[in-house]
Amino acid sequence: MANAETDLKDLGVRGESDFLPDGWELVCGLEVHTELKTKTKLFCGCANVFGAQANTNVCPTCLGLPGSLPVLNERALEIAAMIGLALSAKVQASIFHRKNYFYPDMPKDFQISQYDIPLNADGYLILPSGKRIGIERAHVEEDTGKITHLGGASGRIHGAERALIDYNRSGVPLVEIVSRPDIASPEEAREYVSELRSTLVAIGASDGKMEEGSLRVDANVSVRPIGETPFRTRCEIKNLNSLRSLVRAITFEAHRQVAAYLAGEKVTQQTRHWDESAGRTVALRNKEEAEDYRYFPEPDLVPLRPSEEWIEGLRSQLGELPKERRARLVESLGLTDTNDQIETAISVELYPFARSALAAGLDPKITVARCANELASLAPLDESFEISWFVELLRMETNGEVSATQAKSILAEVAKNLISPKAAQERLGFSQLTDDQLTKTINEAILQNPKEWERFRTGEAQLQGFFVGKIMKATSGKADGKAVVRILLATAEQR
Amino acid sequence: MSSRISPKEVAHVAMLARLSLTDEEAELYASQLSSVLDHASDIESLDIHDLEVTAHPLGLVNRTRSDSVVSGLSQAEALSQAPDEAQGMFSVPPVLGEPS
Amino acid sequence: MSEMTNMSAFEIAESVNNQTVTATSVVEKSLALAEALNSKLNAFLAIDREGALRAAAKVDSIIASGGSPGRLAGVPIALKDNMCKVGLPTTCGSRILQGWIPPYDATVTKLLESEGAIIVGKTNLDEFAMGSSTENSAYGPTLNPVDLTRVPGGSSGGSASSVAAGIVPVALGSDTGGSIRQPASLCGVVGVKPTYGRVSRYGLVAFASSLDQIGPFSSSVMDSALTLEVIAGFDLKDSTSYDEQMGSLSAQKGLSVEGLRVGMVTEFVEGSDLEVVSALRDAANALTSLGADVVEISIPETKLGLSAYYLIAPAEASSNLARFDGVRFGLRVEGSNIEETNVLTRTKGFGAEVKRRIMLGTYALSSGYYDAYYAKAQQVRTLIKSGFERAYQQVDVLISPVSPTTAFKLGEKSLDPLAMYLSDVCTIPSNLAGHPAMSMPYALDSKGLPIGVQILAPALREDLMFRLAFALEGSSTGAPSLDDSIKEAINRG
Ligand SMILES: [Zn+2]
Repeated sequence: MANAETDLKDLGVRGESDFLPDGWELVCGLEVHTELKTKTKLFCGCANVFGAQANTNVCPTCLGLPGSLPVLNERALEIAAMIGLALSAKVQASIFHRKNYFYPDMPKDFQISQYDIPLNADGYLILPSGKRIGIERAHVEEDTGKITHLGGASGRIHGAERALIDYNRSGVPLVEIVSRPDIASPEEAREYVSELRSTLVAIGASDGKMEEGSLRVDANVSVRPIGETPFRTRCEIKNLNSLRSLVRAITFEAHRQVAAYLAGEKVTQQTRHWDESAGRTVALRNKEEAEDYRYFPEPDLVPLRPSEEWIEGLRSQLGELPKERRARLVESLGLTDTNDQIETAISVELYPFARSALAAGLDPKITVARCANELASLAPLDESFEISWFVELLRMETNGEVSATQAKSILAEVAKNLISPKAAQERLGFSQLTDDQLTKTINEAILQNPKEWERFRTGEAQLQGFFVGKIMKATSGKADGKAVVRILLATAEQR
Repeated sequence: MSSRISPKEVAHVAMLARLSLTDEEAELYASQLSSVLDHASDIESLDIHDLEVTAHPLGLVNRTRSDSVVSGLSQAEALSQAPDEAQGMFSVPPVLGEPS
Repeated sequence: MSEMTNMSAFEIAESVNNQTVTATSVVEKSLALAEALNSKLNAFLAIDREGALRAAAKVDSIIASGGSPGRLAGVPIALKDNMCKVGLPTTCGSRILQGWIPPYDATVTKLLESEGAIIVGKTNLDEFAMGSSTENSAYGPTLNPVDLTRVPGGSSGGSASSVAAGIVPVALGSDTGGSIRQPASLCGVVGVKPTYGRVSRYGLVAFASSLDQIGPFSSSVMDSALTLEVIAGFDLKDSTSYDEQMGSLSAQKGLSVEGLRVGMVTEFVEGSDLEVVSALRDAANALTSLGADVVEISIPETKLGLSAYYLIAPAEASSNLARFDGVRFGLRVEGSNIEETNVLTRTKGFGAEVKRRIMLGTYALSSGYYDAYYAKAQQVRTLIKSGFERAYQQVDVLISPVSPTTAFKLGEKSLDPLAMYLSDVCTIPSNLAGHPAMSMPYALDSKGLPIGVQILAPALREDLMFRLAFALEGSSTGAPSLDDSIKEAINRG
């Protein structure tokens, strides 16, 4: 095995589907754990927040104290079912099971999870490329606490001298989404996780932050000669903390397995750890005890029987999913396929802007461009940044009141000072009206109000305000007041 | 003496349950557990695989609580019964096995 | 009650509320008796003199200021030491929990205290409630106050013993396979296992979650009725608790049993001692003379109860007891790594019976055996439930022996686990079905040892069960004579 593992570091990590040696294909399924965006934990009323002081969001239940009992969080269940609906899965009657194994980050030494009857079964996710990835199940379970390993040179566990445990994360609601082994390339794995993440964020299920661990991915990887039907032995890869790691790890692992087969070696079923700095997967210590989780129905919780009514109520809360957003923009732009701008514009933060601008009948091309470029570059936007400001600015640009260049500066000014585009325009001193345009407008006003003009021209200075008002109204206030007065006086002189 | 469960199986089960047994204890438990399992042969032989299991005697379903925060324990309360603590956390000897 | 000057809970609450006695004087007397008798009975693992007197003073001050402290004002109550109360240790009779002080109250503790009851202490039990004699406690066995050479039954032996000795009018126990009813029968007191879900389990250290249920012990039927009325009810903290209100139990007193159809369960009678069966027949005759219609009825499914129970309960226990790992609370025997620490801690902390059941349960759940054992046993529960349902189409309530024998000698069965398990044969089916059942002290055997009669009712029909118990109370032979040395100690105190 060692032979096959060496010299694989420099393998390409681009992840195209033909990345393996001729005649070999990847068979990959992903298990994605997502923490749910709830106020409280799955089975107790402790706050579900990231980054609090150690062991301050804990209670008898999530510390697993003797005599404590779990009670299911209604919102967590709703969000979990919404995930199922967003993945076109069947939301069904289910029960909780206990998964029994000893580990100090798990306070009861069992995890409450779902086993043979999950809440959501048999769904799929269509990727932007059009590929359909099957979803076997999406079930509810509780998260573990966090262990800090003290001492030891490498920081890896075998060198540690002491372990410290914080149970703030213990009992945080998770949904585990298990895909079918439909993923055929590292790039497709990236695309799947990316689309899944957008979907989870879009429905408000998760904040999707891989770096904070609120989205965690394990990959089941095997390879086989093209044309072979049965699956070969697979390895589970853990510690994939970014999309980059995911692509690199799958690429490495697939090559490692092909190399092993080509060398006449066997691939053993095992759990492997992705070492990001070394760029390789490594086998974990082989446990002498075979895993035997002794699953049995959790007797402290009662069965879940979702009603049709409840499910439909949740379906109506889903809103537009990324695939629907994408479809809307592709159609608005008269395209047949998505592009980078569209992919950016459908993100959870930007899409409401695009959606409102389109609903206001504004130009789709400008809308998507401004969202994907300028607005995206200003993200994260302040919460008080109003969607109507963006719509108004696009309207000004579309009407030709400001130039494209000015629009971009105004947008930056709006985001910076949280003021309306009009105010920003003023502050920046942008006026798009030339003297000729003003003269034209003034002449029109004179024609419409001959009596007043005659009086003004013959010395009734107080009528100046009357005419300035008319001009401002006619130009929707975008005219420069000083310029209007200057041209008014000059015109009166001439006649 | 019946031997439905061997001392070797007893040792394996003890490992799963994180108990250590002497050889004599393993022998004793093997024979005692065997006699209990012998007694259970009356239900082993029943042909009832189509029968539903009783999940809750009263058939309760869909029990949930609302998603609102309830104050729990302070750090001091949480750690008050800990055999060992450090830096506001529960302190234990090193963990072998999976890196986290 | 003849030999005890103690008042019933009903009388205490009435007198305290009427200001005929103070809660402090009642509690002081209970504490004094507990302290005097505990060296003989070992019924208490903790006596909370300070806390109890403080709580009693509070009740008295509420009364003095014209307030109403509640339905159990000033009633001294003992909790089985597997129920949590802030500030008092909860040991579960185990070394692994020695000195553990829970930071929260069990729901039953809160409910009792909110009605003015005074928790005077925590009672002894078989370790983690696993046993039928209270000999499995890490803190030594509890003795039967009727005969100190005999066991009080178990696992709630300390609670039964303390009520039988007149230390407290009421104690709480937990019943997983008969752990309230069997000791109640062996000590000659009333013991009630309510319908599963009737009383919140929050704060009860779990043995077998799908079977455990808390209930009262008392000398009189009325005191159990009162106590159960206080502790029953839906609890948001227990997903398995039942949400509909229970009808009044105390109102059942004096109601006629005329026309009530009573079934005597053949299967439970078959294996029981002659004297036990004859006491049951006396009870049946008494009911007949009160106008009830008593018939024999067979429920063959109940014969499967013992096997199902000794797979389900250990399986759930093996999982419930995993958390005793030396990490967060209780005993820790530190090893060079966490795994070793778990093993050393659990090996030292658990007693033989607990280990035996953890082993049995782990085995029953392990891969390859789950379907044959655990899953099958859960289906048997359904069979037993349907057996009861069939019986309840013909009769309103059932009666049977509680235990096949009267109190046995210390050490008599402790070497043969299966023989000990067999003493639960009449009580287990109610736990598996989730139905209510109670033990009613009815007669004495030729040695003067108490014999209880079990009353079983359909789910949620505690009212019917109590109506029958109140009716039988009139013809009961009354409390047994206590062991001479206990009488002496009481008289000295
Ligand atoms: Zn909590």
